[in-house]
Amino acid sequence: MFNKILIANRGEIAVRIVRACREMGIISVAVYSDADRAALHVRIADEAYYIGPSSAPESYLNIDRILTVAKRCGAEALHPGYGFLSENSEFAEACGISEIKFIGPSSASMALMGSKTKARQQMEKSGVPCVPGNSQALQSPEQAKKIADHIGYPVMLKAAAGGGGKGMRLVTGPRQIQTALEAAQSEALRAFGNSDVYLEKAILNPRHIEIQILADEHGNTIHLGERECSIQRRHQKVLEESPSSLIDADLRQRMGEAAVRVATAANYANAGTVEFLVDNAKNFYFLEMNTRLQVEHPVTELVTGLDLVRLQIKIAANEKLTIQQEEVQFRGHAIECRIYAEDPDNQYFPSPGKIMLLAEPSGPGIRLDTGVYEGWTVPNDYDPLLAKLIGYGENREHAISRLLRALGETFVGGIHTNLSLFRRVLNEPAFRAGKIDTGYLDRLPTAGMSGENHKHEQVAAIAAALFQVLDPTIKEGNKKKSPVGVLDSHWKRAARIEPDSSS
Amino acid sequence: MIYNVSIGGRHLRIALDRNGEIWKGDLDGVQFQLDARPIGPGVISLILEGAAYEVKRDQLGNQTRLWINNIPFIAEVTDPRSLSARTRSAATSATAKLLASMPGKVLRVMVSAMDQVEAGQALLVIEAMKMQNEIKSPNKGIVKQLIKEGTFVNAGDVLAIVE
Repeated sequence: MFNKILIANRGEIAVRIVRACREMGIISVAVYSDADRAALHVRIADEAYYIGPSSAPESYLNIDRILTVAKRCGAEALHPGYGFLSENSEFAEACGISEIKFIGPSSASMALMGSKTKARQQMEKSGVPCVPGNSQALQSPEQAKKIADHIGYPVMLKAAAGGGGKGMRLVTGPRQIQTALEAAQSEALRAFGNSDVYLEKAILNPRHIEIQILADEHGNTIHLGERECSIQRRHQKVLEESPSSLIDADLRQRMGEAAVRVATAANYANAGTVEFLVDNAKNFYFLEMNTRLQVEHPVTELVTGLDLVRLQIKIAANEKLTIQQEEVQFRGHAIECRIYAEDPDNQYFPSPGKIMLLAEPSGPGIRLDTGVYEGWTVPNDYDPLLAKLIGYGENREHAISRLLRALGETFVGGIHTNLSLFRRVLNEPAFRAGKIDTGYLDRLPTAGMSGENHKHEQVAAIAAALFQVLDPTIKEGNKKKSPVGVLDSHWKRAARIEPDSSS
Repeated sequence: MIYNVSIGGRHLRIALDRNGEIWKGDLDGVQFQLDARPIGPGVISLILEGAAYEVKRDQLGNQTRLWINNIPFIAEVTDPRSLSARTRSAATSATAKLLASMPGKVLRVMVSAMDQVEAGQALLVIEAMKMQNEIKSPNKGIVKQLIKEGTFVNAGDVLAIVE
């Protein structure tokens, strides 16, 4: 087993990996940019090294800097997390050259699957069903128009190197194609360092269901069932669960076998995820394979009782899988809420800033994978994911009720978060009936005032007056010098300054 | 002590009289008694006629939010003894000021100053946390003021004025 692992990532996933290392007696090494010196993953790791400015290309995407640190500190292996360099085959190769074990698949498997276009070509050969589209990078808006005319609108533009919804655009007619293509290409270039974009027929409002696979370096591959990831905004997942309410044992077996076939065709090792689109008639189409740990891996961990990060590390250390497909058991139901720093009532606009007040949930069936703490300033430079709240119960209803209870205990002050969205979704009848697809969030009505809100309005009024007395305000003009963490002053300013300035 | 409180735009008048941890009060003519304990900065535990509440307060931009059972209310308090408290200016201009709702970088500007624009027309793109967001014109009119491409904006900064 490894003695020391470098974690080439940040945020909640870096914290998650530090925890696995600590449980295994492995020394964990964090890396950080200027913006992340005081980040949680740096605070809890055994060692931490600076890798560059806040801008991701100069730090978390900088292969040379990361490998220099890895060699200098004597790390034997490197965990890439998700995002950043996790699906960059050149990075995996560079790790190999530096004799640092990359915790993930081989660079050849990654190169195949990392290119959505090459992966499509390979899957078509292996007889795995794919969505109609082209399997080459688009050269011009004219070419894109020609292909789209052929397969019919609407079409989806996708980054060949993509994932996480970045570099994706839905196009409903030929007039939008040029702008959409340019936007997708520029977003893809910045997110992945590769501007290749291809095109597929858009299957409208499908279900997005993925299969977790696990393969060792001795040719054993198993699947760990599905995750339903249909609750999305901007093609990014917001809430995931396992099992899916759509999938029965027969479909699970067929999709699981297809996923194992995909992995085998790619000569795949370590943890990976095969994503499928599933239409109303339960037909499934290969979408892409994510050659890394997924954000939503905890739901699979809870229903299978397996620790995926621990298993990833064991596989990378050349250990054989000790579990056979028949031994994989699914028990209970798990749902994950991705807590983002964004405003669900204002087009999910990102909301970086200082977390002034934080209350974290706990108790039965609740898991919180977090990357933040009270007083931490969420930087503007990275993804807005703050934490993942996962609820587990004996069935779906039980998991939902536990999550709702935990959401009531969760509070993030000083920035916008999407916590209110989860309360609405988890209480909404169609969601509770399992009637969800990728268009669900767009159809969800905006928040209205409930009867409960009116009841609390009076309490809020009384509390407003109480705060005025109990929580001392800072003096006007002292605003800039005031100690951080003092929230008040607005009311006094509102009362004293505004009228003055209007006179 | 008397406070004029505005909760989500609704005005209420509250009288509070403190006796140790116990408070007697009057909310728009209804009497109540409560026990309030500060828990930490921005948090008060409140027991009001037997019902327990954890009340939290935070500030976002220039808004103060009060959270009752994790439901947010926009709150403002004025102390009626303050001489000018009642003379709040209601001078809203006829022009539409487009303000940045969050910090970010102005990535692209799609119109020029003095352009005629339609309501809902995309004016500029702001990038925050790796997401690009189109900012649309709130009304039809002439672009009188426009921020420059590449500018880093904070919440509340003027992006454009459409008259």
